[in-house]
Amino acid sequence: MLEDHAKIAALINQTGGISGRKKLQKAVYIFQRLGYPFQQIFHFHFSGPYSEELSIQLEELCDFGFLIEDREDRNEEEETCFYRLSEAGEGFLTHYKNVLPTVRRLTEQVMNQNTWFLEAVAILLYFDYLPRIEAIEKAKALNNESVGENLEHVLAFIDELHMLQSIEMPVSQ
Amino acid sequence: MVLTRSFQKLNEEKVFKDPVHRYIHVRDRLIWDLIGTPEFQRLRRIRQLGTTFLTFHGAEHSRFGHSLGVYEIARRVIDIFKYRNHWDDSETMIALCAALLHDVGHGPFSHSFEKVFGTNHEEYTQKIILGDTEIHRLLEEQGEGFAEKVADVIGKTYPNRLVVSLISSQIDADRMDYLLRDAYFTGVSYGHFDMERIWRVMRTQDDQIVFKFSGMHAVEDYIMSRYQMYWQVYFHPVTRSAEVILTQILHRAKVLYHEGFRFKYAPYPLIKIFKGEMTLKDYLKLDESVILYFFQAWQEEKDPILSDLCFRFMNRRLFKYVEFTPSLIESKDQLAGAFRDAGIDPDYYLEIDSSSNSPYDLYRPGEEGERQPIQLLMPDGTLHELSQESDVVGSITGKRRTDVKLYYPKDRVFDLPEHSPYRERIQEILGI
Repeated sequence: MLEDHAKIAALINQTGGISGRKKLQKAVYIFQRLGYPFQQIFHFHFSGPYSEELSIQLEELCDFGFLIEDREDRNEEEETCFYRLSEAGEGFLTHYKNVLPTVRRLTEQVMNQNTWFLEAVAILLYFDYLPRIEAIEKAKALNNESVGENLEHVLAFIDELHMLQSIEMPVSQ
Repeated sequence: MVLTRSFQKLNEEKVFKDPVHRYIHVRDRLIWDLIGTPEFQRLRRIRQLGTTFLTFHGAEHSRFGHSLGVYEIARRVIDIFKYRNHWDDSETMIALCAALLHDVGHGPFSHSFEKVFGTNHEEYTQKIILGDTEIHRLLEEQGEGFAEKVADVIGKTYPNRLVVSLISSQIDADRMDYLLRDAYFTGVSYGHFDMERIWRVMRTQDDQIVFKFSGMHAVEDYIMSRYQMYWQVYFHPVTRSAEVILTQILHRAKVLYHEGFRFKYAPYPLIKIFKGEMTLKDYLKLDESVILYFFQAWQEEKDPILSDLCFRFMNRRLFKYVEFTPSLIESKDQLAGAFRDAGIDPDYYLEIDSSSNSPYDLYRPGEEGERQPIQLLMPDGTLHELSQESDVVGSITGKRRTDVKLYYPKDRVFDLPEHSPYRERIQEILGI
């Protein structure tokens, strides 16, 4: 019952809060690809992999009162939402032990990046069934803005994630 | 691209009589040949609305009819765009094939099936288009890479965003067809909107489809239809109850198979999927006729859970529900314990279903650039997001849109001895 919701709450708890739905979307997608047990189905949208299911689960967690949504101004025109666990959310999580693996370095490494960088990482991972050159071409054709600017860093970061994955999550290899 | 045999027009236009579009017109040999493939014909045996027929008895229509409908809408919209010189004709056949094939990967009762077995119909659509199939062979006859382009449009990874938007956006051929078709077959009075008016006010701008401000009311009507259909049909609590039972049957059958249970009616077509070894060929053999045959037969199995769940599904003895509240989380272990004490396995007879479980969605005005909102083209040439201009749409897009229910077999609970402690505990926790 509500295990998928619990995993999202656990991730937000582990990271001390997440700023922006987009960051959460990209992070969960990346974690899923790294073997974390997130079950949401992702499809390609305008800014890369996106899960409608995840978006609604986030709203449901807010409706239940397990998450607190604080609105923050990103700039004059845009605002973003910061999500953190409420006291009720902490109580909720006590019913779900070990829903997420404790892979601190891997989790931190992803969550320390900004949204735009994670967007590029997620897009390249989406096409990782293709040879790398083709994946880059495809990603650039669809979202040149985020992929093109960061390409070298993104590729190095993906390699680093896979290395950490092999250290911290050997079973999923 | 080389014009090959299949790009030829048919000698004579073919038509399908259709209750929604009156006629579906086929003029291209490729489209006609694709419709004739076994992979596409299989869609006749997959219902468009899964278990909804248990709530609205008319909802027996198939994904075959819907796929033809999406093709027809795409064809007519492309004609309008061509007339306005807003369309690159070299994309026409790619778009039409994508419209026709967008759902070809759906399996029997897809939604439940995917939850239990971890399959994904969109991935199967890609596999059918790109793998060893009759559809793939026909597409590749058009030239190398043609099949991949069609798959990319459906997967939303095609560089021409206008083509993708036609098949998949907030107002696309897919949604327009299913809203009208599902309203027609369920017999509900909502779900209707003036599609031709919407087509007339469609414009293209920067690779996206926008709508003239003067046509805002037609778009409002579409959004309201979507809203009504979501709550009244797609997310109907009784349909969800049937989905819950269907999911539990598949779960139980899988568990029993792995425990070495000797089925009276062995599920041969499902064994590969139970083992996680299903090939595309195996997948294509599955349809709802196959699944319902086993549900009918399994009512006679010795396993009381499997036979009871199948009896419930086949005879519409569905679970009842209570609204889920966060406080139920606090009592979830107690509730499961009381069910166990009463001899009712909570793993199969207690299930939470939430709106995130629905394959349908409501309109939302964008989400940090993730979802392209509906844009109105204002008289001064600027674009305004729909809910900013429309009071009607604005009033429903900012509202709470989640709904979570806890399903359980009320009949089993009330069959328990009246003053038994576990019955009282269950009644107290569920508030029934």
